[in-house]
Amino acid sequence: MTETFLYLIQQLINGLTIGSTYALIAIGYTMVYGIIGMINFAHGEIYMIGSYVTFIVIAGLLGMGMVSLPVILLVALIVAVVMASTYGWTVERVAYRPLRGSNRLIPLISAIGMSIFLQNFVVLAQGSRDVALPPQITGGWTFGDPSVFEVSFSYMQALIWFTTFATMTALTLFISKSRMGRACRACSEDLGMTNLLGVDTNRTIALTFIIGAALAAVAGLLLGLYYGVVNPFVGFIAGLKAFTAAVLGGIGSIPGAVLGGLILGVTEALTSAYFPSEYKDVVSFGLLVLILLFRPSGLLGKPEVEKV
Amino acid sequence: MHNNKLQSALFAAGITLVLACLMIGVKLDTESTTLAVRGATAEQWTWIGLGVTLVFLSQLFSNQIDTLFGKLPKPNVGGLLPKGQKMATLKPWLIAALLVGLVIWPFMVSRGSVDLATLTLIYIMLGLGLNIVVGLAGLLDLGFVAFYAVGAYTYALLSMYFGLSFWVCLPLSAGFAALFGFVLGFPVLRLRGDYLAIVTLGFGEIIRILLNNWTNVTNGPSGISGIAKPSLFGLEFTRRAKEEGGQTFHDFFGIAYSSSYKIIFLYLIAVVLVCFLIYLINRLMRMPIGRAWEALREDEIACRSLGLNRTAIKLSAFTLGASTAGFAGSFFAARQGFISPESFIFIESAIILAIVVLGGMGSQIGVILAAIVMTILPELAREFSEYRMLMFGLLMVLMMRWRPEGLVPMKRPHLELKQ
Repeated sequence: MTETFLYLIQQLINGLTIGSTYALIAIGYTMVYGIIGMINFAHGEIYMIGSYVTFIVIAGLLGMGMVSLPVILLVALIVAVVMASTYGWTVERVAYRPLRGSNRLIPLISAIGMSIFLQNFVVLAQGSRDVALPPQITGGWTFGDPSVFEVSFSYMQALIWFTTFATMTALTLFISKSRMGRACRACSEDLGMTNLLGVDTNRTIALTFIIGAALAAVAGLLLGLYYGVVNPFVGFIAGLKAFTAAVLGGIGSIPGAVLGGLILGVTEALTSAYFPSEYKDVVSFGLLVLILLFRPSGLLGKPEVEKV
Repeated sequence: MHNNKLQSALFAAGITLVLACLMIGVKLDTESTTLAVRGATAEQWTWIGLGVTLVFLSQLFSNQIDTLFGKLPKPNVGGLLPKGQKMATLKPWLIAALLVGLVIWPFMVSRGSVDLATLTLIYIMLGLGLNIVVGLAGLLDLGFVAFYAVGAYTYALLSMYFGLSFWVCLPLSAGFAALFGFVLGFPVLRLRGDYLAIVTLGFGEIIRILLNNWTNVTNGPSGISGIAKPSLFGLEFTRRAKEEGGQTFHDFFGIAYSSSYKIIFLYLIAVVLVCFLIYLINRLMRMPIGRAWEALREDEIACRSLGLNRTAIKLSAFTLGASTAGFAGSFFAARQGFISPESFIFIESAIILAIVVLGGMGSQIGVILAAIVMTILPELAREFSEYRMLMFGLLMVLMMRWRPEGLVPMKRPHLELKQ
């Protein structure tokens, strides 16, 4: 195998790793959009808070002398999911629910306000500097000829792939099989009708925010561990990327969000491999504009029909 | 019922406690190489306690608080002015008095205040520009600062590479920013409004990244310094003329040199530019195109069925807003004399948006008042400067909840039939 081919394989692995976390965040955007048709700008901030909570729990448990890594990670996961869900629920309750039914622009501005508020809340509470966590999961598999190019697939990447896959499966089962999942699907079909049929739509919407936030927290944990650094501003750019992924796949569609996330991750990895890495953000936003230009409903989305 | 209230209040307080505990109550700290957590100080815990109590009480007595707020009269700024015929005769005099005041004022106060006033005027320009896009046409533009950057860099680069003067560059900057707005708006404006918000947000980032990385032209993160100041018909405001044969302002008028002339001159330019913009936008609002912007904001489907070209109308508003930002940007570059990508981050867009939202979407007087409040308040409350952005965010949410029409809601020009 030639060096260029192995290099390409390596970039694909890196891209799919990042892409799967984008997909996790993108699901939060897509589900909220699917039900109430608004962009939850504060979603990226929830992801950032998930990362912070993970770091706090891991540092705390290590400081208390806990050594078993699986236990630490599990506790961190549970706490991060619970905290992020609480934040997600509160944001919906405080900033979006009172505005339901008003002009489209109004909840959107409220969401931006919430995003700025949360970001600066974390700046004030935790400081604006980078917080670094030493790598917890080290090692990995390597393959390929060492004299040419060695492709590495770290345990951390494997954990990201596995966790993302497990979370997606759980979500799919929940949406398709459970009673609440059915309510979610019904709401995204027709909110008003579902309400008439006796489903508590407010509760379903709140549930959507909680699920989205929980998935963002999982992504926060995984990416936090992967990069080993977090600061209050990571949520902004991650949120933008995930939104791009959601639009790419077709906003409102969960499989679309996953596909969009993976495509975006791979595109970014390839861009930073073959061009100066500063331009990877430019390429992903360029991709967003192109998609909107040629296929506004996204890869898997349904074309929108305007009704009076 | 009362019991229910207590329950929900306890629940809200509990949630607040959970939210606050892990973020404020514990702080991450890097000790040498390892990461550690430490508990918050007693003072921070007191704050958390106070916050939780506040949430508890406000939930418990939410009905009473609501009725209390309901009784408060809404601020009615428009009502202070005389009505009808009287207003019509008074209005030109009021405007004239205001203008004279604006021109005389800087000669009586300190340089710092004049400088702050110039900054406020820049924000007024930006606010007026974004007001066309967000307030009148109802398009949410989150990358407004990108056009501001385009304007600023157009002037800085043209003056650096080609030696063009400020007065030549001013319309060019506006034109360039408009071109960018047109090119960006064309594909996106055909779609639903929410996409525009995110694409403009991305565009703002792209412009900043490009300015940061295109080092051989824009000088990258270190920015461009020594941008030429505007001159008055060729008279410079420096101590000595830069080129042979050039003349300075104080030489020409035979007065002693003072550096505050330059500041006052910049301020006066800003006043003229703002007046020009207010006049222009006021006229536009009364033109068919201005009516179409508002109509489209209110009901898109109705407009289309009446035969209005939706894309063209949106594009005109978007392009005009962008050109206003370019206008303000070139003036900003001239005033600062130094620009770098740092001046054009997302927070700036958010501040301009907050100005439009606070002032009342679509209302020019509201935007002007909000710009004054937003630039002067942070100066007065410097010790709270770290809370500034937090307050902006909170303000945006609260305004949307309780007064989405802004402090000075827009009034449509209308005529009433005499009975």
